[in-house]
Amino acid sequence: MKTRVIRKTDKGPMVKNPGNSVLIKTGSWRSFEPVYTRENCTDCLLCWLYCPDMAVTVAEGKMTGFNLEYCKGCGICALECPGKKGNKAIQMRKEDK
Amino acid sequence: MKTYAAVTGNEAMAEALRQVNPDVCAAYPITPQTDLMQNFSDFTADGRVTTEMILVESEHSAMSACIGASAAGGRVVTATSGPGLALMWEMLFVAAGMRLPIVMPVVNRALSAPLNIHCDHSDAMGARDSGWIQLWSENAQEAYDNLIQAFRIAEHPRIQVPIMVCMDGFIISHSIGMVDFLPDEVVKRFVGEFKAQDTLLDVTRPVSYGPLVLADQYHEYKAVQDAVMTDVFDVALSVADEFAEISGKRYGLFDTYRLEDADFGLIALNSAAGTCKDVIDEARKAGFKVGLLKPRLFRPFPYRQIGDALKHLKAACVLDRADSYGAYGPLFTEIASSLYPYATKPLMINRIYGLGGRDFLPVDVFGVIQEVAGALETGVVPETKKYISLRK
Repeated sequence: MKTRVIRKTDKGPMVKNPGNSVLIKTGSWRSFEPVYTRENCTDCLLCWLYCPDMAVTVAEGKMTGFNLEYCKGCGICALECPGKKGNKAIQMRKEDK
Repeated sequence: MKTYAAVTGNEAMAEALRQVNPDVCAAYPITPQTDLMQNFSDFTADGRVTTEMILVESEHSAMSACIGASAAGGRVVTATSGPGLALMWEMLFVAAGMRLPIVMPVVNRALSAPLNIHCDHSDAMGARDSGWIQLWSENAQEAYDNLIQAFRIAEHPRIQVPIMVCMDGFIISHSIGMVDFLPDEVVKRFVGEFKAQDTLLDVTRPVSYGPLVLADQYHEYKAVQDAVMTDVFDVALSVADEFAEISGKRYGLFDTYRLEDADFGLIALNSAAGTCKDVIDEARKAGFKVGLLKPRLFRPFPYRQIGDALKHLKAACVLDRADSYGAYGPLFTEIASSLYPYATKPLMINRIYGLGGRDFLPVDVFGVIQEVAGALETGVVPETKKYISLRK
């Protein structure tokens, strides 16, 4: 993103184009990545609800996977995932980079 | 018609707030500010103002609520003292950094420990670097006048910076003096209607306050904050000009008393300046050519103008009612900086007085005058920094 020049006539630091977090990709912060197992998923969408960013992708009410550009690897989705018959649909794995 | 009244400093400040009728006030009681806010909450309870009064659980919360209300687009006030101001410390920087023109009377009180409710300037000096504008007031009249002008300075479109109006706890806040109140409609017209920019409640042009700004732009935002402060001098003077028209009282960046023809000067903030003026008259009769400079605007600090007013002196004694332990007092360092550009500088000493409400009596002022006069006569340079009026 281009750096904006701060002028005296600007008021305080503020976001004047709300919704711009789509431009701010935080995936590079990640050291653990979520691994999704479709057969353990009930599409309860708790992962989508709890994700603090917008890393969980959903189409027509179904969980479809992750957009890792916005995933910081916090693991909240994996923690909240109720899974199916004791098997989680999301598990965190150390990423080797 | 002028309306004189015998009131305490707190009552005078509360009356100014009543006349301004701000949108929101969030405050927490602390001595000696308590009855300022108690008076003002009476006005809200009696329907004499339409201010939304928010009672909070601490000063940190009070300032946080003020920040929210100001960002939402309101004209916002609060008031505090000593440890209350200290508890606000984190949020003071947020208010200034977000450029929210909050107005706050500070009724100066010592900081703990030892626990002490009486006057000194440790509280406001502790908040000196928070990015707030600071006006200081000698008596209830100045506190009232400064508070009305504070709205215009803080809210000026070029400024948009929060402002504190300092007044000595108990010495002024709780003692009765004569105040010349302006009529309500004159104050209302003077402060005008508040039009906030970029408000949270403007749904047609949504904004978000408080974003994360890291190494790429934080530095630039701070440079802008500093640059804006340098505009405060002009704005404060033009507001003072307009205030002179409605009140007949002329304020500057600082006040002087018998300084022009003086050999040496005293420099003091707030109520001590009044005591000094009295003693200076006596000392002049006894042959001491002494004058006074009392800063009104302490942040931003008018180095150039104050240096120019003091440069002719042979000696200057800076009286500090706050200490930076192991260093010179905060007012001393500013006065020394303002005299630095001159090739010949006055002999300068720093005397710490009145901490925790220790009386600052005429005899103390006279002692300082004699000490400076003695140093000039003998050429023996006294210790730079010393506490005066200590118990023996």
